[in-house]
Amino acid sequence: MTCYIPGQPVTAVVQKIEIQKLRQGDRLILGFSIGGGIDQDPSQNPYSEDKSDKGIYVTRIAPGGPADVAGLRVGDKIMQVNGWDMTMIKHYQALKKLTKPNEDVVRLLVTRKSLEQAVRGAMGLQ
Amino acid sequence: KRLPLVLCLYSVYSCENKTFIENLHPNICRTRDRHKSRSKDSRSEKSVTINTPPAEPLLGDSSVRGEPVQDDNWGETTTAVTGTSEHSLSQEDIVRITKDLEDSVGLDCRRYFTLTLAVILGLLVFLTPLAFLVLPHVLWPDKLQTCGTACEGLFISVAFKLLILLLAVWALFFRPPRAALPRVLVFRALLAVLVLLFVVSYWLFYGVRILDTQDENYQGIVQYAVSLVDALLFIHYLAIVLLELRQLQPYFSLTVTRSTDGETHHYNLGQLSIQRAALAIIEHYYCDFPVHNPALLSASKSRAAKHLAGLKVYNVDGEFPSQSRAMIAAAARRRDTSHNELYYEEAEHERRVRKRRARLVVAVEEAFTHIKRLQEEEQKKAPGDIMDPREAAQAIFPSMARALQKYLRTTKQQHCHSMESIQQHLAFCITNNMTPKAFLESYLSSGPTLQYSKDHWLSRQWTLVSEASVTSGLKDGSVFLLKCVDFSLVVTTKKIPYIQMSEEYIDPKSHKFVLRLQSETSV
Repeated sequence: MTCYIPGQPVTAVVQKIEIQKLRQGDRLILGFSIGGGIDQDPSQNPYSEDKSDKGIYVTRIAPGGPADVAGLRVGDKIMQVNGWDMTMIKHYQALKKLTKPNEDVVRLLVTRKSLEQAVRGAMGLQ
Repeated sequence: KRLPLVLCLYSVYSCENKTFIENLHPNICRTRDRHKSRSKDSRSEKSVTINTPPAEPLLGDSSVRGEPVQDDNWGETTTAVTGTSEHSLSQEDIVRITKDLEDSVGLDCRRYFTLTLAVILGLLVFLTPLAFLVLPHVLWPDKLQTCGTACEGLFISVAFKLLILLLAVWALFFRPPRAALPRVLVFRALLAVLVLLFVVSYWLFYGVRILDTQDENYQGIVQYAVSLVDALLFIHYLAIVLLELRQLQPYFSLTVTRSTDGETHHYNLGQLSIQRAALAIIEHYYCDFPVHNPALLSASKSRAAKHLAGLKVYNVDGEFPSQSRAMIAAAARRRDTSHNELYYEEAEHERRVRKRRARLVVAVEEAFTHIKRLQEEEQKKAPGDIMDPREAAQAIFPSMARALQKYLRTTKQQHCHSMESIQQHLAFCITNNMTPKAFLESYLSSGPTLQYSKDHWLSRQWTLVSEASVTSGLKDGSVFLLKCVDFSLVVTTKKIPYIQMSEEYIDPKSHKFVLRLQSETSV
């Protein structure tokens, strides 16, 4: 994750993850928990490298749930959900974007440190 | 083989099962132990055969080296010896003798000497301005100018200033002395010398320039006298600053520890000489330290004696035991269970004290319910026997006397309170409508030394022991001792540090806050 400089575009290596929502009773669940947001305290985020990063992070994954199956990992930073930006968003707004009742599928763009390292390693080998 | 009976001091310790002689370190052979042992002997056996009394401590015993003095069983045979000297003293005798010493007049001559010096100096100081004013009238009255209004106004000023000086000197210097200090008070002596020099120089000037030349300007002479009185008032101001004000601001923190039981208190004092600091500490001692109770120290002394008993070395072959380290190592390797005994003894004692205390509290509360205070109207009506507080106290005292005595015995305080004092205290509490708990408070906890009568203080004569001169000032790290007959107070000094303070201004409008949330929601 690159450090965030206000006003400058952010570049990151992202992975596309597609999660099928699971119906449980009358709710559609995804099987993970998020933390973060521009209205939250970024210094308490255990997963971010830069403690002023106010993005949305994955804090827990329910084992065997839809997110786990799709390949989401704890500590991932969510950059986009179904095309909606997640890097500058309030916590409850992010929640709403993830839990829209008429959508069955959410397509996330997530980034993590191992992705950056893998890409840099591949480029270095070349 | 028997040695002749040696008339020296012995002390007897009786454990549960056996009695044995221990000629221990001479400090333990004191008259108080003998007094105790005499009462103990009424219970223990009193056979007077002495097999082998060594006259000195067994370690380093050179005088009896030539003779095989040790009977192997001498520790086991029951021998009990009391103080066999004819000059045995009891504790009351010792207290009486020390009191007689205190009341002697030996040290008073020094006090009277300083008092007469001070009075002479005072008279000199007060009569000098008057002499300055009167002498011209006596010696050359015809040549003298008449005294105008300004001059007579100066008379009033001289009179009032002298009156103020008189009152100020009386207030500062003529107070009842608090103590007899070992050395002279340096500041007072210096001030006296200064005043003397001052007055002498004024007299010199007066004698040379006024008496010899017979000056006619009377107003000038009066002004000269007024200036003398002004200067004396300023010297008095200097005296106040040096003697009183300089000591007020706390500069040192003194730690005072009693050597027998470790009771510690801390006091803040200003810049004083060592003897004055010692005086201040002794005055605080009487108010703050609980009274010295030698009976409470007997337990640790007996433990120390038992440790010493374990280290005995016998001269079996008449050789001098030289390996002291081997002895200590052997003693350490011994299986010592004295800590176990201490623990159980203390727990048992605690339990006993609490039981007796409960009985005492109940007995006193019950006793207090037997008397009722009569109101004014009832006093005229009631026929029966009306008692004053003293009789009321005597009436209810027997019902609580036994419980109180047992409690005092258990806490080893019985020698601090006499029956008379207890009844007096009871009458006092009844008069002032105090509850039983208030009455008991002075017996349940040991109070400061001042609370008890003078016979029980055990600390009237103090000796100041100091490596630095006692008139020198206190310094950081100075240590001195205040020795009494039974114990000593160890005093150490620490300087209060220099404080560096800086300021920081906070704008009242700068207090702003923001919420720091941290929520985790599951989707």
